[in-house]
Amino acid sequence: MKRALHEHQPASFAFNADMQARAERIIAKYPAGRQRSAVIPLLDLAQRQEGWVTKPAIEVIAQMLSMPSIRVLEVATFYTMFNLAPLGKHNIQVCTSLSCMLRGSDDVVRACKDRLGIGMGGTTPDGQFSLHEVECAGACVNAPVVAVNDDYYEDVDGAGIWKIIEGFKTGNKPKPGPINGRDASAPIGPALTLTEDPTKPIPKQDFAAAKAAFEKAKAEAAAKAAAPKN
Amino acid sequence: MLSDKDRIFTNLYGRHDWRLKGARARGDWDGTKEILAMGPDWIIDEMKRSGLRGRGGAGFPTGLKWSFMPKTESDRPHYLVVNADEGEPGTCKDRDMLRFDPHKLVEGCLIASFAIKAHACYIYIRGEFYNEASNLQAAIDEAYEAGLIGDNACGSGWKFDLYLHRGAGAYVCGEETALIESLEGKKGQPRLKPPFPAGVGLYGCPTTVNNVESIAVAPTILRRGASWFAGIGRPNNVGTKVFCISGHVNKPCNVEEAMSIPLKELIEKHAGGVKGGWDNLQAIIPGGSSVPLLPKSICDTVLMDFDALRDVKSGLGTAAVMVMDKSADVVQCISRLSDFYKHESCGQCTPCREGTGWMARVMRRMMKGEATLEEIDTLEQVTYQVEGHTICALGDAAAWPIQGLIRHFKPELERRIRAYRDAKVRAAAA
Repeated sequence: MKRALHEHQPASFAFNADMQARAERIIAKYPAGRQRSAVIPLLDLAQRQEGWVTKPAIEVIAQMLSMPSIRVLEVATFYTMFNLAPLGKHNIQVCTSLSCMLRGSDDVVRACKDRLGIGMGGTTPDGQFSLHEVECAGACVNAPVVAVNDDYYEDVDGAGIWKIIEGFKTGNKPKPGPINGRDASAPIGPALTLTEDPTKPIPKQDFAAAKAAFEKAKAEAAAKAAAPKN
Repeated sequence: MLSDKDRIFTNLYGRHDWRLKGARARGDWDGTKEILAMGPDWIIDEMKRSGLRGRGGAGFPTGLKWSFMPKTESDRPHYLVVNADEGEPGTCKDRDMLRFDPHKLVEGCLIASFAIKAHACYIYIRGEFYNEASNLQAAIDEAYEAGLIGDNACGSGWKFDLYLHRGAGAYVCGEETALIESLEGKKGQPRLKPPFPAGVGLYGCPTTVNNVESIAVAPTILRRGASWFAGIGRPNNVGTKVFCISGHVNKPCNVEEAMSIPLKELIEKHAGGVKGGWDNLQAIIPGGSSVPLLPKSICDTVLMDFDALRDVKSGLGTAAVMVMDKSADVVQCISRLSDFYKHESCGQCTPCREGTGWMARVMRRMMKGEATLEEIDTLEQVTYQVEGHTICALGDAAAWPIQGLIRHFKPELERRIRAYRDAKVRAAAA
């Protein structure tokens, strides 16, 4: 897929006060002179503020981090989470990687297309929804997984995504997580593991004895090394 | 079955409070100062004796890796970098540790950094894990607040700073040198090794890169003792491991089990068995998308550990078990993985950049049988021309699934090619 800047760009960009403060806190995480480490987090902030990564934002960030804007552009086009064009308010990202595929992500994709009336990479005319296919979301035991902006909806099927979209449409954001009500990645049904009280004291080794054994072994090794070879 | 008292991740399913108070009640941060007081040499020795092998996929001994760092600090600071860029298809273990047991990781970062004489650690988390990053950042903030990390970590006199860094969607950044490049604000393109990160890593300084799970288990190993950890599993393949079981099983789940558990037992005990029963099994990818699949005949008896899976020409990888029953189109499954590697190739090395695209295109044809019988051999040869000829292991990872498919399902590929050809002949005659 070609990843290049959008043909229509706004005239300017500036971080708002809140984002500016967050940007400064991020830059301070890295050693002096290494501020360009902050380029990904700052592009993310710009995207959170504007909805996508614009050319003026790239130039502002380049200046903030004292790096050539081509280097910022390079990063913005390399990493797939950066949107180089405006998106819908709710970005629906369906994982179709192997674990999700095996559990019916094709049905989820079909349901999304039917419900929204758009294809992959499309945005609804009202600007509410965009639809994307993504590579492994990293929640494979809760497949199929659909991310809507920052939140994961898990164990989703065709009917399930229909309801989730309905929720967003009516302004009632559905609760993220497994839609079948199970606890995160636990197997559905009665618990087989982690049934004991987790606050029971954990047995600890005898540190003094461990240290003594370690010192003794070290001394023996040193003596052996020092001994004349025969 | 591993008993609960030997499980490290007691909040794997998020049923309890993940914050500092809850974590402390479950034994985290208990006697950390005492562990630090044992000194870096003892910590590294104890980690070596525990037999812990890296949990990110390659299985390199963690204690040994730590020992590669320079013994004394110079003008170049040391760094610990934690790889939380989890994205290997099938794998979702680190996610649960990051969101439900973040203090195990924070404590592990302190102890590991102390052992390798690093005063700073960066955790590189994949950008998609936004909510997981929020929990982890909250845990880091709590640890600073409580004096567990910071200028005088746990009252040990050791200054330790911990930073969270979010990525932005690139699988290749899970490769340690690509991760370092990315952390430095560049495209995530792997570096040539040597020099290894222990010599020249982040900002040109000595760096150790470890997986989340390797670091998060360290405090418990040191508290309970190397011999406890080494007593679980079998020699050279010890300890507990979080397995991810996905695909065609009745109850997909993550579970912490003993290393070397038989694959069949793992699936039947914890994941409710294969859909339609064990006899309905077609194939399993036992360690994340990069390792070759195994047909049912091998799955019947194989153990889930590094050596047993290597012996059957596969690998433990990230211990992400992907199950395909007889309803799965196994060629389509591998073709899907080929698309993944094509998408994720960073484009730096020609064999991978061109090879992943070529292999993906041929796999799509193989799926339909739109190929010649000779092309199976050509495809196999190409996988060997990609494997081992690239800077990082992404090329290998793209090649292995196809090699596994040809090794175990060549008759199926041939059947499809013949069926496609026959259908064409019939259509022409009609």
